[in-house]
Amino acid sequence: MSTLGFCNLSIAYDGVLAVNGFNDIVHSGEWLCLIGPNGAGKSSVLRAAAGLVDYSGSVAIDQQEIPTTSAKWRAQNIAYVPQTPLMPDDMTVFEFVLLGRNPYIKHFALESAHDKQVIEKVLTRLDLTPFTKRMVGTLSGGERQRIVIARALAQEAPVLLLDEPTAALDIGHQQQALELVDDLRRERGLTVVSAMHDLTLAGLYADRLVLMHQGLCVASGDARTVLRSETLAEFYGVSARVHHEADGTVVVIPQRSINN
Amino acid sequence: MLRVNDGFSSRAGTRVAIPTLAGLALLAVAVLVGTMIGPAGPQWWRVPIELLDRLPLITIDSGVSPEQWNIVWQIRMPRVVLAVLVGAMLSISGASYQGVFRNPLVDPYLLGVAAGAGLGATIVFTLRRSATETWWIDPLPLAAFIGGLVAVFATYIIGSAFNKTRSTATLVLAGIAVTALTTAIQTFVLQRNNDVVRQVYSWILGRLSSATWGDVRLIMPYVVSSCVVLLMHRRLLDVLRVGDEEATALGANIRRVRLTVVLAATLGTASAVAVSGLIGFVGIIVPHTVRLIFGASYRRVLPLSILFGATFLVLADIPSRVLSDPAETPIGVVTAFFGAPFFLLLLRARNNRS
Repeated sequence: MSTLGFCNLSIAYDGVLAVNGFNDIVHSGEWLCLIGPNGAGKSSVLRAAAGLVDYSGSVAIDQQEIPTTSAKWRAQNIAYVPQTPLMPDDMTVFEFVLLGRNPYIKHFALESAHDKQVIEKVLTRLDLTPFTKRMVGTLSGGERQRIVIARALAQEAPVLLLDEPTAALDIGHQQQALELVDDLRRERGLTVVSAMHDLTLAGLYADRLVLMHQGLCVASGDARTVLRSETLAEFYGVSARVHHEADGTVVVIPQRSINN
Repeated sequence: MLRVNDGFSSRAGTRVAIPTLAGLALLAVAVLVGTMIGPAGPQWWRVPIELLDRLPLITIDSGVSPEQWNIVWQIRMPRVVLAVLVGAMLSISGASYQGVFRNPLVDPYLLGVAAGAGLGATIVFTLRRSATETWWIDPLPLAAFIGGLVAVFATYIIGSAFNKTRSTATLVLAGIAVTALTTAIQTFVLQRNNDVVRQVYSWILGRLSSATWGDVRLIMPYVVSSCVVLLMHRRLLDVLRVGDEEATALGANIRRVRLTVVLAATLGTASAVAVSGLIGFVGIIVPHTVRLIFGASYRRVLPLSILFGATFLVLADIPSRVLSDPAETPIGVVTAFFGAPFFLLLLRARNNRS
């Protein structure tokens, strides 16, 4: 149970600002979804929180600023699922998920019995036990995604960051993956921040959406507030209809330009 | 649940233990065969009897004369032990370099150790005409050792000076540049002293023929400490397999790991090169063979590379002494001649299976 706070977060690549003074507080157990066009700075915010890029400003957990020097402390509190994880073909599923215990193991020590128990529980929870000895290279896209999520869970971190978790999946597996994250969030009280391109899915699963544009937060709120056709036209340059279902689902339907 | 538990607990233990025992047994056999065979000395079957005789409480007459025993003890044994040390060192260094650079084609000579050592050795060979034999210490291993370390140090300085991103590509490119420069200087020196070309080339192809117990004592501390440090990194090298970014996100201090591993592997390699010259191929072929047979986790690759690398070099040294008797066949020629086809067969078998 942890609150994730961003205070005046700025990230520059070669002097060009990718994120420009980003502020937000993600409450404990909340699912925040970052949306916005390519290059808006969504991934950069996640990468800063995961300690992968240099930034100014601060990222804090429960109002305690994350020290930039301790990668272990950060990894105990924040688990990061990259958009395209690097998965060595000749690594077994067990070996891969076991890497999630790294933040708890002393530099030269090996995994303890407790670490292996944690892995066992995670694999059982995600129905991955039949895959334990399989090579990562032999798995399908959906199975790979579950294994990366398993590794993140093995970190036992209260905050879970997901960068485009559904980018490589078909519609069925997209739904499975997001349902899984949502179930885990409720079971464990995880704070989830994800970057997503599919606006309908984002609105469906997230408690709150933050629309980013050129490194700035330009809109924040629930799906009905943020996903409006004027807003989408302004920041994505897209012509889309926004349809409100009876159950509260917000559906974004792209339209063909009239000129064509 | 019980089945699952078995699956987990057996993995970590037996997966390493059984191959390690097999490797130890193989190495023991190789060492024994290595001490039994040679162009001069007692008949081969008398050697194990004599060895038994030398154990406490056992007295068997082996019929080995003291002169013959001298050949076994002073000529063959140091050679075999040196082959064990050098083979183990080059193999574990190769495996470690492949781990920290995440590149399967990397060998322990990547960052310029070989070229630097070669230059050091070349300078000694050209100076030797002015009677360095009277020196109190043999300058050849010393010069090779220092040359190798200086070259890698230069690579590291250049690599990190231009390295603003966290990639390893800059370091590898710096290694290529330093190697090219050092080789150019070596060629220049050789051009001006072409009477030593033959000596230098036979050194470059590697040799264990002049091994003494002194050589063994010289490199033992480096090889042992370097192997221990590298073995301690076996879990961290597994973490590095998912790349710098993800390893960082998992809380690993990749810079520290990379620096320590490269330093340990380089120091060990430089000491091995100093006494044996450049024995190619071992550092690539042995780790990959281990990977193909036992899996790619560094918890298996590092310890097994030590055992199988040592075995491989001890065995490769046998044809090297008897093939063109009384002359020596450079061991680098033997390792490539037998190693390459074996590796190709293994690769084919592996591809057919999958």
